[in-house]
Amino acid sequence: MSEVGKNLPHDSAVGHVTGASVYIDDMPPAHNELLVDVFYSPVSHGIIESLDLTKARSISGVVAIFTYKDLDGKKRLGPIIQDEVLLVEKVCEFMGHPIAVIAAENRKALKKAKAAINCKIKELEPVLSIDAAKAKNQFLATNKRLKRGDAEKAFSQAENILEGKIISAGQDHFYFESQAAIAYPGEHNQIVVHSSTQSPSEVQHSVAHFLGLQQNQVVCITKRVGGGFGGKECQATHFAIMASLVALKTKRPARIILDKDTDMQITGKRHPFETNYKVAFTAEGLITGLKVNLYADGGAFHDLSLAVISKCLLHVDNAYYIPDLEFIGNICKTNYPPTTAFRGFGSPQGVLAIENIIEDIAHFLNKDAYEIRKLNCYGIEERNITPYGQTIENNTLARLFNELFQSSKYSERKKQIEEFNTKSQTHLKGISLMPVKFGVSFSQTTLNQASALVNIYTDGSIQVSTGATEIGQGVNTHIKQLVADEFDILANKVIVMPTSTEKNNNISATAASSATDLNGSAAVEACRKIKERLVACASEYFASQNKSSFSPENIVFKDGRIIDNRYSKNCEISFEELVQIAFTKRISLGERGFYATPKLQFNWESGPEKIGQGQPYSYFTNGCAVAEVLIDKFTGATLVSQVDILMDIGNPINPGIARGQIVGAYIQGMGWVTTEELKYDEKGMLLSHSPTTYKIPNIQDLPHAFTVAWIDNENLANIKGSKAIGEPPLLLGISVWTAIKHALSFISKEKTIDLKLPATNEEILMFISRHGLKEQESKAIKEQAVVSTGQN
Amino acid sequence: MSTDERIDYTLKINGKPYKVENAFYSENLLHVLRYRLGLTGTKYGCEHGQCGACTVHIDGKAVCSCMELAACAVGCEITTIEGYNNQDGTLNRLQESFVKHAALQCGYCTPGFIMSAAKFIEENPNCTEDQVREGMDGNLCRCTGYNRIIEAIKEAAEVRK
Repeated sequence: MSEVGKNLPHDSAVGHVTGASVYIDDMPPAHNELLVDVFYSPVSHGIIESLDLTKARSISGVVAIFTYKDLDGKKRLGPIIQDEVLLVEKVCEFMGHPIAVIAAENRKALKKAKAAINCKIKELEPVLSIDAAKAKNQFLATNKRLKRGDAEKAFSQAENILEGKIISAGQDHFYFESQAAIAYPGEHNQIVVHSSTQSPSEVQHSVAHFLGLQQNQVVCITKRVGGGFGGKECQATHFAIMASLVALKTKRPARIILDKDTDMQITGKRHPFETNYKVAFTAEGLITGLKVNLYADGGAFHDLSLAVISKCLLHVDNAYYIPDLEFIGNICKTNYPPTTAFRGFGSPQGVLAIENIIEDIAHFLNKDAYEIRKLNCYGIEERNITPYGQTIENNTLARLFNELFQSSKYSERKKQIEEFNTKSQTHLKGISLMPVKFGVSFSQTTLNQASALVNIYTDGSIQVSTGATEIGQGVNTHIKQLVADEFDILANKVIVMPTSTEKNNNISATAASSATDLNGSAAVEACRKIKERLVACASEYFASQNKSSFSPENIVFKDGRIIDNRYSKNCEISFEELVQIAFTKRISLGERGFYATPKLQFNWESGPEKIGQGQPYSYFTNGCAVAEVLIDKFTGATLVSQVDILMDIGNPINPGIARGQIVGAYIQGMGWVTTEELKYDEKGMLLSHSPTTYKIPNIQDLPHAFTVAWIDNENLANIKGSKAIGEPPLLLGISVWTAIKHALSFISKEKTIDLKLPATNEEILMFISRHGLKEQESKAIKEQAVVSTGQN
Repeated sequence: MSTDERIDYTLKINGKPYKVENAFYSENLLHVLRYRLGLTGTKYGCEHGQCGACTVHIDGKAVCSCMELAACAVGCEITTIEGYNNQDGTLNRLQESFVKHAALQCGYCTPGFIMSAAKFIEENPNCTEDQVREGMDGNLCRCTGYNRIIEAIKEAAEVRK
């Protein structure tokens, strides 16, 4: 039997459909438990002139209010650079910047205390856009650079040159379970904190360092996360610290649960970007030189921005070979909540940059964008080195292009669309086929490590604990399947335990799509060590029974039984029996496994030019998508009518989970590029902070025709020939945006098509209005306007 | 009544009486279910009646429990996800269909989807895909992209034939 490759249901499926799955706030209240809330800055930038807590503290039910003064250890946090002030001492750097932590017996008291805090803040001029930050020369860290050849020379010899700009906005994670933590005080200032985090070790060490404890005094446990998408990679930490602070100081359990509005207002989003480019290309559309200058809005503090801009720069090439290039990534400091990890981690903005350029080249040359993409695609034997010097191995891009081009009937559909657009007075259609090449591994080499603990009990059942957090992506199911396969037993013999820093230390975040790659490999490593001992034990046992001679190399695990393959019939024993024998003979039935991804090395400061060089990625997950859109010219309303996806995901460990990841990520990417609009007022307050105004894709937005397929291509670089799948399909969602650009190219009167992201219905309508309609169409709109006014 | 006024009442949930004592009149049903009665299968989503994660049945209608005052549900038949499960612990057809079709990921929206879908398929047996899309658009999901949710509901509706 092989459990790997099967469509096993999600590890928690039964719990989910019965409501029995426990999230942080579903944990029953402990005796004496306190509720915690945060009082935060109401302005984007300001100086605290006075903070009076007397009245708030006197409210019945309020137990304590803490400020920066109560933090006994560090005052600043951050995963890379520790610059983020957790609780404001003087300067509020963003709206939502925490100032005080309130602990009370009940919700009513919390609410009253929050309103009774008297905080006088002198407002300072906030920086609320990338342009404003640039004007003030306000940046976080120094920029990063990729460079190859001589782009200037390519421009001087160019047949064609285009320059342009692409602006992309942020995106809220909109995980359903808002930020949440419960902390329990223990003996000797020890703390156990349950956190809805993607990074238990970061919670552990941050709690310790803020409270003046050693890391070994803090345990962080994560059973499951009700959606993360990167939003709980760093930013769950803040709330875990607050709950732990209350628990430590009051010696009472403490629970903090944000409501959706607060969560959306005060936590960081996907990085907005402004990207300028200059591209040289031939008459056929072959790119000969490219300069890209990317500006990310990092918000008020570093958070993960350095890593995000790195991943972004490493994906500007996407699927294309660019001979001469220079990519520069800058992070602007603004007065928004620190922007953070979000599925894709900068790569969507990098890929967006080049895909926008490709669309612009196609429009300029009046050619099919697909032809430009194919022409510039990375080669197999040549033109196969990335801007950072990594050779692309096992390159499936051209194959994906060709196969999807055929299966989606791209040519015929494009012709039909052209005809439709010339005839239709009311609608526009567009189509786009775009690729993605996504590098798998943390760009920061150190993070590519994981450990796992495997314990076999005397009845033959198994517990596995790894550093991976179950955020819905199915990593526990993967690990269950991998462990079961090592002993050739059924997956239902294996339970994956809650993630805990007590079981596995120094855990890397569940991020970069690599939770299964790293933690699954570590679990398998642990199993193999146990198996080695069990093999010797079995062979000894068979010999002692005079059934065979001692020969461990002939022992095989098959269908829950252990067999000496020389004498298969009489010489076998069940897995449970063998485990019992091993226990009796005092053979260890537990093991720890460790995995570090081989061959990785990368340096952003290479050579005299200080550019990024090396092998940051273990392999690439590739894919292509074709999206078709239908736009109502009178309203801008856009319908994604058909999507076809073809990917190279290796041999999936669980095809059902892979399919779920592909569709879910694609739709989330589609949301980013179309409907999800973060609206702020002029003072930097987020206005769209609930689903009443912030529109994630709805069930009706799912394209009616939607196909997903993958090619057969074993990935020798990863566990069981699989490939990471969590993030890459999100980038394919950009195909919806490029399809909209294609549709708008039919009415555009300019050299390039400047379309913002998200391309909301309003944005599209404004584009249509800017570029004008044919006379009879304008007349129709006016008539319609009159009719609707009349109706009002 | 002011929002600070406290009252006692009894709710009928999943066929059983539940006493609620000294509760604020202003408390919504979601709060009472989760924080006073420990029925945490009903999830706290947006509290704006937009996401559907807190869906329960009141007198046979699927509603967002965050939008209902608990005190106003006195005398009504309330069903939560805990009461929708088969009492012998097995999964009902709709739940089985969600598991089979992998119509879930993080699971936080799932109880709400199940409760909405339960009513939907009761009222729309043998529904079309378009009907599922229209009938279920009060529930949001951030993980799955919805395709399997549609498949699961469609199949569960067919089984009822």
